Amino acid sequence: MDKKIKIKAKHVDFFYGKSQALKNINMDIFDCDVTAIIGPSGCGKSTFIRLLNRMHELVPHTNVTGEVLLDGQNIFCCSMDAVEVRKRVGMVFQKPNPFPKSIFDNISYGLKVNGIKDKYFIEEKVERSLRKAALWEEVKDRLYDSALRLSGGQQQRLCIARTLAVESETILFDEPCASLDPISTAKIEELILELKKDYTIVIVTHNMQQAARVSDYTAFFLMGELIEFGKTQEIFTAPKDSKTEAYITGRFG
Amino acid sequence: MKKNNDIIQQIGFSILFFCIIITLFFLGLIIFFISIRGMSVISWEFLTQVPKSSMTQGGVAPAIVGTFYLTLGAILFALPLGLACAIYLCEYTPKGFVVNLIRVSINNLAGVPSVVFGLFGLAVFVNFFGFGVSILSGSLTLGIVILPLIISSTQEALMAVPQSIREASLSLGATKWETIKNIVLPTALPGILTGVILSIGRAAGETAPILFTAAAFYMRGYPKSIFSEVMALPYHIYALMTEGAHPDKQRAIAYGCSLILLWLVLLISGFAIFIRQRQRGVHG
Repeated sequence: MDKKIKIKAKHVDFFYGKSQALKNINMDIFDCDVTAIIGPSGCGKSTFIRLLNRMHELVPHTNVTGEVLLDGQNIFCCSMDAVEVRKRVGMVFQKPNPFPKSIFDNISYGLKVNGIKDKYFIEEKVERSLRKAALWEEVKDRLYDSALRLSGGQQQRLCIARTLAVESETILFDEPCASLDPISTAKIEELILELKKDYTIVIVTHNMQQAARVSDYTAFFLMGELIEFGKTQEIFTAPKDSKTEAYITGRFG
Repeated sequence: MKKNNDIIQQIGFSILFFCIIITLFFLGLIIFFISIRGMSVISWEFLTQVPKSSMTQGGVAPAIVGTFYLTLGAILFALPLGLACAIYLCEYTPKGFVVNLIRVSINNLAGVPSVVFGLFGLAVFVNFFGFGVSILSGSLTLGIVILPLIISSTQEALMAVPQSIREASLSLGATKWETIKNIVLPTALPGILTGVILSIGRAAGETAPILFTAAAFYMRGYPKSIFSEVMALPYHIYALMTEGAHPDKQRAIAYGCSLILLWLVLLISGFAIFIRQRQRGVHG
């Protein structure tokens, strides 16, 4: 394999207090590919992607051991701080969570906290991000309306646009379509396929058809362990592990 | 069976409706009574002149100005302090026993009788710090009276801000402080302002805390600095009703003062409500 590894997890263990949520995870996430993480509820998949941009630190009494290398640098190492990691690794959440501000301010916020003041640049960036997130045509006439008036699917695309604006190289999707209808889901999936040209994407999903549709690689988690990781096609057609096969054929989960 | 439930429901509704009517009745009665009794003495002179002839004539302008200063001073002191406390307790300390203890203590502080705060103000601000009986001492004392109110309402407002939008902000590379300043506080602002509105009413109307720390029974003119004594409406009402040689005339003036106090609180609150509505408009 000659693909560039964007994120590499090495011997990652994760604890909530005393209970272990992740056990010795070793996994490579390739540059400009979509990696799907599937598994039943409580298997640790959300926990795993939340530590890829150190969001787990918001929850008290958590502890992580092992290494996560982002472009070869350990994100838990002293020279990296969480703010820096999060600038490079963006995240789209399960429920759309726009700020209670205007559409424009939702996108420009990330630029402003990153120290960009040039008004012209910000305006251009907002438009470009909205276009990339396939939302521009729907909102261009009401950029200064509250983002909360958008539909759920539009809000989720706004959240994606917001992440794109800060130029993260990697975007983590934590069940981005869990609260959306099929049409909005299709739009988000289309968008993910478009974005992988420029971005490394990790998506957690409960929907196996979705994993099969959008991802290049798939990881199957069960009870905090990475059971199987490989090309999506292989995982879905010829899984090596019997537990993977049982899960994707719907025998449990 | 079905019919029975309907009847029980009807009775329940009726009781709730009746409770509302009683509340509105008393509220209306208070406003009506104060207005009728108070309007007769209110005139341009009453609002703009100093008291004359043992307070049976002239106006109550120094008391209006005094109450305004005291209330404003109390808010200026308590709002930044209360905001800072609430932000620290809510955002920066890990949830646990100590924070809960502090929270309970603050809520208890809100229940302390205000005359106790008055004595505290006398001991600390008037005597110990040497501010004397003055606007400053009175404002600080009133500030401490409303501090728990501001802290607890701000805490409620901060806790009501969904965790999801904090996460969104942090995931964009904002620091914790940037998140609090740009996202959490603006979202919590309507709730915070509700606390401020309640505090204004409380501060403007309190008598006991300013009794020993700020209030003067009678002043010929207006306060010259924050170290002057002041007249204040609630204390003026109290004085008119309990002292002096012309009870009938004084009573009419006392009602006039009550009406003005109502207006003043309404005016200041109205301003805060205006800001709150504007904020909701932006965010809604």
